[in-house]
Amino acid sequence: MPARRLLPSEEAVDLIALVRDLATKELAPRAAEAEESAEFPRDVFRLLGQTGILGLPYAEEHGGGGVPYEVYLQVLEELGRVWASVGVGVSVHALSCFGLVTKGTEEQKKEWLPDMLGGDLLGAYCLSEAHAGSDPAAMRTTARRDGDHYVLNGAKAWTTHGGQADFYKVMARTSDDRNGISCFLVPADTEGLVADNPERKMGLMGSTTATMVFENVRVPVERRLGEEGDGLRIALAGLDSGRLGIAAVATGLAQGALDASLAYAQQRTAFGKRIVDHQGLGFVLADMEAAVQSARAVTLHAARLRDQGLPFGREASVAKLVATDNAMKVTTDGVQVLGGVGYTRDFPLERYMREAKVMQIFEGTNQIQRMVIARSLDTSTQTGLELVR
Amino acid sequence: MNIVVCVKHVPDATADRKFESDNTVDREGVDGLLSELDEYAVEQALQLREKRSDEEISVTALTVGPAKAADAVRKALQMGADKGVHVSDDAIAGSDYLGTSLVLAKAIEKIGSEQKVDLVVFGMASTDASGGVVPAMVAERLGLPQVTLASVIESQGDQVRIKRDGDTATEVIGATLPIVLSVTDQSGEARYPSFKGIMAAKKKPVESYSLSDLGVEASEVGAEAAYSAVEEATARPPRTAGEIVTDEDGSGATALAEFLASKKFI
Ligand SMILES: Cc1cc2nc3c(=O)[nH]c(=O)nc-3n(C[C@H](O)[C@H](O)[C@H](O)COP(=O)(O)OP(=O)(O)OC[C@H]3O[C@@H](n4cnc5c(N)ncnc54)[C@H](O)[C@@H]3O)c2cc1C
Repeated sequence: MPARRLLPSEEAVDLIALVRDLATKELAPRAAEAEESAEFPRDVFRLLGQTGILGLPYAEEHGGGGVPYEVYLQVLEELGRVWASVGVGVSVHALSCFGLVTKGTEEQKKEWLPDMLGGDLLGAYCLSEAHAGSDPAAMRTTARRDGDHYVLNGAKAWTTHGGQADFYKVMARTSDDRNGISCFLVPADTEGLVADNPERKMGLMGSTTATMVFENVRVPVERRLGEEGDGLRIALAGLDSGRLGIAAVATGLAQGALDASLAYAQQRTAFGKRIVDHQGLGFVLADMEAAVQSARAVTLHAARLRDQGLPFGREASVAKLVATDNAMKVTTDGVQVLGGVGYTRDFPLERYMREAKVMQIFEGTNQIQRMVIARSLDTSTQTGLELVR
Repeated sequence: MNIVVCVKHVPDATADRKFESDNTVDREGVDGLLSELDEYAVEQALQLREKRSDEEISVTALTVGPAKAADAVRKALQMGADKGVHVSDDAIAGSDYLGTSLVLAKAIEKIGSEQKVDLVVFGMASTDASGGVVPAMVAERLGLPQVTLASVIESQGDQVRIKRDGDTATEVIGATLPIVLSVTDQSGEARYPSFKGIMAAKKKPVESYSLSDLGVEASEVGAEAAYSAVEEATARPPRTAGEIVTDEDGSGATALAEFLASKKFI
């Protein structure tokens, strides 16, 4: 049963209907097998690009859809409901475009954004290193200035779309200051840039994750975004929005798990009645629904703040924390609802459970989210009442 | 060139379908959509426009149906049609193929009175009634050649050539515009609308006609004028458990073969 949604406009209704149609016809039939065989569905991203879904949250003048986050996140949720790897991919792609949109010069935007938002090019985001995940400022990858180029050396771990992307948004050190980090847009075919073998993950195998190795990679100065030293700020600002994307995908994943569990509980019988009619099991489903609705509510609350141009960092962290923890709980309970078959690979629940786990880890672990929230509580001076403009 | 694509709004085939007390399909109480078989017709019209980009080609999506049927036109506009026409009138409810074809033909004539219609495109059948006869009836009423069930469509100037796949042979049929064409689900996957298409559709013109706008009398259409009536409609019985063959003594294969043979599968 698809989620109930209150949408702000007729085009938003039509957009969600389009995404549901596309998810049912193009994603659902392939998801299980592609996850099993670790197939990255590049063609799906091209289709999503053609339909305008990759560029939805960005301005129309740059080839985007100009859609508010409140709507965009519900699109991500619908994708995540059917295939989490694709939802994550769209969110990571949006993250890879973020620095260019916010810090790029008009020239840079005009040159690259249309292809990036139009779906011809797929992006990736290189912040983490093997020894520097939660603490990205500890990164060691360097970008040394050499005339009108920078020369990049190092290795970026955990890159979603590593080896598949057409461009990489890379944070690298331009000075020894802890925060002396700059941001570059590096085309995939630049000499000296290679992808290691993909990680052998617990789940989300339809989304390739690989370390990107930089060996004397020469990047023209025009491909730096913002000033030298702006890199960490650009990376972290993007993460606030990225976390909302992950919160939405996790909410969708949980909705998918609930839908599959409910359908099963309505036809499986035990002790002469449908298992949904056993109160003990019905309450499990009720808690799952409550968890999904809560996840959606906190996520959309943060989105609405963002759409109003108000600070939303704390709320984004709350959304990421709540939605991914809830997805973990809902998918685990989903396995329980299906009983023995829930534990087999012939049913999707165990896969959903494996997929939910990573949502608690990337784009800032949930411990880091709590850290962000606690700090924000301690330092915030915001007043509570805001008017929708 | 002026192309009219006829599109039908049908109940979602994946949802539960219900009937009204008069045994007609409940079109209000269920989710509806543009008949998937008509999406192929819209696709072919759009492809024709794209292939002949040096010509001025306009694609009009035409539907006959209740208020909700406007969604079918809107979907066609989102896919890329240029304008829409929605014929709606309480008197049309319950029309049979003859009544429907009359309204469609009159609407096409009205569209043609502003600019001559060169090509009318239909899907091969609707996904609800599955008659597949309306294209032929409309052609007859308009006095145009009917070129139906095309799986491949080529055109140059006013010449159209199609392939029609039969059980035993494939026919190649040539015709000169204006014609009525129907296309099959083999003619090429229909595109998804894009978000830009969704936004653009909001600004595209849609005209609404009633029967009197078309010069059709209420008595000519609707359930009263229908030559056929549905006397009874019964929901399909729920699927039974089926027959399970258990192989205990080596006779399983024989039992399976006998079952298949009894159903004429082998
Ligand atoms: C599938 C996948 C895809 C990814 N995609 C990308 C990508 O596209 N781009 C990218 O840059 N990165 C990506 N990452 C990396 C991801 O963001 C990091 O794995 C994550 O930030 C955690 O870093 P770490 O693995 O180094 O863990 P660590 O930082 O070593 O953390 C280990 C544990 O310590 C805890 N911890 C650390 N610091 C604190 C603290 N201060 N207080 C309390 N607890 C703490 C953590 O919560 C965690 O439980 C991806 C990771 C995965 C698994």
